[in-house]
Amino acid sequence: MSELYIAKEKFPDAVRRLMDGSRVYGPVLEGQYHSFAQLKEPEDADLSFQNTRLSPKGLFNPQAERMFRFSLAKGDPEAGIVKEVPKDYSPRIILGIRPCDAVAFQLDDKNFDTETIQDPWWVKRRETTTMVGLACNSPCGTCFCTSVGTGPFDPAGLDVLLTDVGAGYVARGITEKGKKLLSGMVGGSEVSPRAAAKAAELKKAAEGSLGKVFDTGALAKKSMLELFNASFWDEIQFSCINCGTCTFLCPTCWCFDIQDETCQESGERLRLWDSCMFPLFTLHGSGHNPRAQKLQRVRQRFMHKLKYYPEKYKGGVACVGCGRCVKACPVNIDIRRVARTMSAGCSCPA
Amino acid sequence: MNNPYLPYPVRIDSVVTETEDRNLKTFKLVFLNPEDEAKFKYLPGQFAELSIAGLGEIPIGIATSPTEKGFIKFTVNKTGKVTTHLHNMQAGDVMGVRGPLGNWYPWEMLEGKNVVIIGGGFAFTTLRSSIIYMLDPANRSRFGDIDVVYGARGPGLLLYKDELAAWEQRKDIAMHITVDGTNDPNWKYNVGFVPAVTKQKAPSSDNAYAIVCGPPIMIKFTLPVLTELGFPPERIITSLEMRMKCGIGICGRCNLGTEYVCKDGPVFTLKQLSALPNEY
Repeated sequence: MSELYIAKEKFPDAVRRLMDGSRVYGPVLEGQYHSFAQLKEPEDADLSFQNTRLSPKGLFNPQAERMFRFSLAKGDPEAGIVKEVPKDYSPRIILGIRPCDAVAFQLDDKNFDTETIQDPWWVKRRETTTMVGLACNSPCGTCFCTSVGTGPFDPAGLDVLLTDVGAGYVARGITEKGKKLLSGMVGGSEVSPRAAAKAAELKKAAEGSLGKVFDTGALAKKSMLELFNASFWDEIQFSCINCGTCTFLCPTCWCFDIQDETCQESGERLRLWDSCMFPLFTLHGSGHNPRAQKLQRVRQRFMHKLKYYPEKYKGGVACVGCGRCVKACPVNIDIRRVARTMSAGCSCPA
Repeated sequence: MNNPYLPYPVRIDSVVTETEDRNLKTFKLVFLNPEDEAKFKYLPGQFAELSIAGLGEIPIGIATSPTEKGFIKFTVNKTGKVTTHLHNMQAGDVMGVRGPLGNWYPWEMLEGKNVVIIGGGFAFTTLRSSIIYMLDPANRSRFGDIDVVYGARGPGLLLYKDELAAWEQRKDIAMHITVDGTNDPNWKYNVGFVPAVTKQKAPSSDNAYAIVCGPPIMIKFTLPVLTELGFPPERIITSLEMRMKCGIGICGRCNLGTEYVCKDGPVFTLKQLSALPNEY
């Protein structure tokens, strides 16, 4: 089934049915903010949310992931041998993810799932997850998804796209996985011409509310070294306090550290989010640090998203325009302004 | 699915202290499972993550050549937590190795060419691998003349001293061993910094490639000498070091612009490096 309508009063039952065979995650209000969490009851999901404060990246790349375990017990023949740990790869549905955040996972796929190397945890979670996205009827002032190749109704990263048309949702199956999910959905009915027209109208209005805030085409034409050596980085980095909030919130910041933790006679190897904002990220054992200066670290973050990534993978920028970094930066560094500076014609040093 | 983060278990077969300052030890490792050794197919220039449960992993160049069977060797400088712990491990202890990782010296391109190897200090490990590889009877005819300039601060800081002496006796490799200085009256070889000795020995750049590994200061002063000898940037090859974690181009820390040193390197030509941000 490729399209159906579900009235809001029937939606909890539909979600409950989904929860029978899958772990369902949705935006849950905790304190002041929403975040993606596994639903205990269908009503836990609050689809009236704007977006989650943290991106949903932790669903695929958890902030702390147990990679391996090992024994350190004296006399244990297996001591010192690092072993895999069991993981839950049962089917999962992410309900209400925003289209931009879903596209972020596709951008991250280029890093985690390559021709030569596959990150096994990332790949298995991607395979066993169905994305039921929720279109953005009213994007925030900090959103700029349409400037970076996605949009408030972009189905590209989704299996199903839901549009809130007031009294119910129009659900459109995008992939085979999504269509299969819709055919098993309870409480759905045919989409009325009125609901379809409303969905189309909302899409147009949402897209129309977002202007083009910078030109990725102009960025693509600039040479990597010209941008790297540009003088404007000094001004851009000036107020940065290297807090790492931007990388923590960003759906396309995937960098991680690997650390061992031990307790008495056993231990675990962990993968933990890391950040290019921190000097330790690149500090050599010898004491040398290729990115010892704040300017180098700030430049790395923007260059990676806006220049290195597109150049390496011959595609768009590694940014989906969710605006989280813009909203949360304590010193008001704005990636839209940085991108405009980078793409401006007169930015090259003399 | 093969898990690229999972190290192969290995047993330390022997530990050799290489230098008089006891800061460099060579670890000979044997795979616990023979099928893992078969999977660990490498070429000189590649590296691996040495993994010690409870402490972590370190990226180290492979010092053996694939022509040496049954074991792999790593020469490790005592620097941080993992290397210090490793230096205190003994023959018989179990640890892990993950790899091989990264690219290798461009052996197909080097076929039929003269090869000039220039090394300094403890950056001689993958150069040892390369020399053993080229001198193997099955490979020697694939390469032209081999010149080696290898220097350390003093005689006691040279790695692989027995092998250096053996190579000195051979006709199919020209060795130019040097030390920065020594008061040993019996020192038979050169005295002088690597760039100066390179200039003095002046290996021909005709049909030749240079592989240069060493401390930044040595590389800085050797490059102009090579340029003067007529080596163009695309025929000067080097290998970079960087802080690494995953070793497979995923964790994000070791990049020079678009290139990950762990996956797209560590071997680069000078020409390639000149097109990248110089953040190393």
